[in-house]
Amino acid sequence: MPIKHPNLHLEPMNGAIPAWQGKIADSDLQPICQNVRDGGGRLLALWGSDQRASQQGFALHTLLVNETGLVCLNLPLAGDHPVYPDISHIFPAANRMQRAAYDLLGIYAHEGGDHRKWLRHGAWHGSSFPLCKDFDAAQSRSDELDAYSFVQVEGIGVHEIAVGPVHAGIIEPGHFRFSIVGEKVLRLEERLGYTHKGTEKRFESMTLQQGAKLAGRVSGDSTVAYAWAYAMAAESVANVTPPDRALWLRALFLERERTANHLGDLGYLGNDVAFSFGFAQFWILKERLLRNNAALFGHRYLMDKIIPGGVTADLFAEGKRVIEEELAMLEHEVRLLRGIYDEHAGIQDRFIGAGRVEPKLAAQLGLCGLAGRASAQSWDTRVQFPCAPYDKLDVQMATYRNGDVAARVIVRFDELFESLRLQRKILVNLLGGDELARPLVQLPANGFGIGMVEGWRGEVTVAIHTDAQGNLTRVHPHDPSWQNWPVLEHAVLGNIVPDFPLINKSFNLSYSGQDL
Amino acid sequence: MMAMKQTLGILFQLCQSLLVVALAPLLTGWVNQCRAWLQNRSGAGLLQPYRTLRKLFHKDAVLAYNASPLFRTTPYILFGCMWLAAAIIPIIAIDLPFSPAADVIALVGVFALARVFISLAAMDIGTAFGSLGARREMLVSFLAEPALLMVFFTSSLISHSTQLPHIVETFTHHEFVLYPSLAFAGLAFVIVLLAENARIPVDNPSTHLELTMIHEAMILEYSARHLALVEWASSLKLLAYISIGIALFVPYGIAEVDNWHALPLAITALLVKLALAGAGLAVLETFLAKMRIFRAPEFLGTAFLLAVLGLLIHFLLGA
Repeated sequence: MPIKHPNLHLEPMNGAIPAWQGKIADSDLQPICQNVRDGGGRLLALWGSDQRASQQGFALHTLLVNETGLVCLNLPLAGDHPVYPDISHIFPAANRMQRAAYDLLGIYAHEGGDHRKWLRHGAWHGSSFPLCKDFDAAQSRSDELDAYSFVQVEGIGVHEIAVGPVHAGIIEPGHFRFSIVGEKVLRLEERLGYTHKGTEKRFESMTLQQGAKLAGRVSGDSTVAYAWAYAMAAESVANVTPPDRALWLRALFLERERTANHLGDLGYLGNDVAFSFGFAQFWILKERLLRNNAALFGHRYLMDKIIPGGVTADLFAEGKRVIEEELAMLEHEVRLLRGIYDEHAGIQDRFIGAGRVEPKLAAQLGLCGLAGRASAQSWDTRVQFPCAPYDKLDVQMATYRNGDVAARVIVRFDELFESLRLQRKILVNLLGGDELARPLVQLPANGFGIGMVEGWRGEVTVAIHTDAQGNLTRVHPHDPSWQNWPVLEHAVLGNIVPDFPLINKSFNLSYSGQDL
Repeated sequence: MMAMKQTLGILFQLCQSLLVVALAPLLTGWVNQCRAWLQNRSGAGLLQPYRTLRKLFHKDAVLAYNASPLFRTTPYILFGCMWLAAAIIPIIAIDLPFSPAADVIALVGVFALARVFISLAAMDIGTAFGSLGARREMLVSFLAEPALLMVFFTSSLISHSTQLPHIVETFTHHEFVLYPSLAFAGLAFVIVLLAENARIPVDNPSTHLELTMIHEAMILEYSARHLALVEWASSLKLLAYISIGIALFVPYGIAEVDNWHALPLAITALLVKLALAGAGLAVLETFLAKMRIFRAPEFLGTAFLLAVLGLLIHFLLGA
């Protein structure tokens, strides 16, 4: 039992991750959250669901995590006036999730200080809510201009720079409002939601198999993590376990995704300090890995290789040899490049001290994933809740205390080498002959399952609810970027404007994953 | 005889003016190609800047609705200034008819004039980036200019003239002497060249990160023929700077105006020197990372210090 509270009756959930769920009352939400927070726990995700079809009004789902496992608090809300107590003063990361929940579903956090819209940009009316089952898209179209009140900073010489959503380079859209004096950043406020595509709504009209494809496209750079988390959630609902070989292959895919992304990011971090040599070298390595992926598994980024119930691609002896050679090459090359990065005075001068997030602040704001580990937040799903096959891999967590760009680079390098080691170990354990999948066709009725996977950016969570026919009725994919975007606003405080792109890149958060 | 010399002079002037305009994008292409090679990339080829210019000249220009005539005319002024500068500097021959028009101090003035216009144009539209870029450009250039002047003064002290032709003549025609003061001035000049031409480690000419830009931030709002002229002017500026470096430190091989036969050798020597300088620039840019913008004052302060040291050494050693 992860949390003890007199009014909380938890029941364990099936699946690869230790999780419990329990129904709570309105008045218990804040005390329980506070209890978890005081015990060092974090808010993992917050979403709502429309259960009016089964006469139950709305529901708010709050997913918390502490060192024993996940706890999902289900709070039933009235169908006509759905309100719930604000928890953003306990978990600051809840702020945007609550605002998004209102934009999409109309469930309202009372007492909360910040009720500005978050994901809604004016494409639909403020009085209509897309995730409601009775939402009429045609009637809700709106041409209103997107008015959003940024927090103003006043003082002599203070002015604003508005950056984005259209940038000078080809990157995802996001708006950043800087209040600066000279080159010094006094405040940064983000405005996201430009890539809102209605992903969650789309899930509701999909079959389980179609949903797996969509889950793999929530955030393209984490396709394996999302597909696995989705499959894990579905397997948790159906209470089945995929074949052993499928689990080993999933871990191999996930580590390859981590390796590819870390290689790419390390290159980008070099590029952002105009060290194009590093950029070119790391991207050559990344490209080789992606080409091997394409040759061996049929997709550069391994999309659609994980399905609920197993995997769709296998690895044979020849492929193992290719990967082993590639791993040896990567190990050698990355070690050389790390030496160059470490000994380059110009690079280190830019990296060290830039965008520092102190461990205390990181804990307070709930910084997670890779960025969290660089600020001494030692959370890694692969270590704390090792699902098969990670329970046999003995993953070494990489953590660092400094919390600056240099720390995030160090954690990337360390995780990269660990990832190479894990891949080697997986190859040894990947014995032939077994079946690849026991595909799931249909989920049980009125089910609820959660999947959580440590993607390269942080923990990727997917929650699946099924209706009375066993169809998907609500799927919530949750990206760690939800937690980390707000921390970026703090990381740049006191830094100078031209350092922002570097700091931003050192976090490298997903737009698509949080805009949904 | 006099008339003959004048005609030849005009011919040489014409030849150099056309040559620099035609050659400038090639130099940029060469630097980029060298950078690509040094990074294990195949690169876009030497002729890419020409293709870019052609593309830009064929596009329709887009102007902000609040752009004033200043914004529209600046690309032409910029291009004119850089072309003029490149025409004054003895690049292929010494006694060009245009050369007496401006001495080294006036040359610095020509560069400053272009900078004032591009900075004003950057602020003209009223975007945050334009002002940001203009502000940073001024920070960098007000530190670079005195260092450049000091470099010029060191050479002027040796040749007793601020006229570039005289300086070049002194160095080419007198017997070969190593000037310690020039070594310091040369180092200072390289730093100034990097800063003034928006190169790494002060600025990054190939960045897409608008918040880190200096020169690029100022020209973000330009498009089509305006952008083409601005880009071409940047290439000309790089060529002009490298040519100043060549004229001050390694002028050997340059032709005399009345010596028609020396021209092929002069052009060959020029091409070789430009190629070496471009490759050197690429090597520097590959080794260095961009520094924090507030390190730029230290960096340029070093240039000034070195140039002053050059001057002092000249007085102390008389060399």
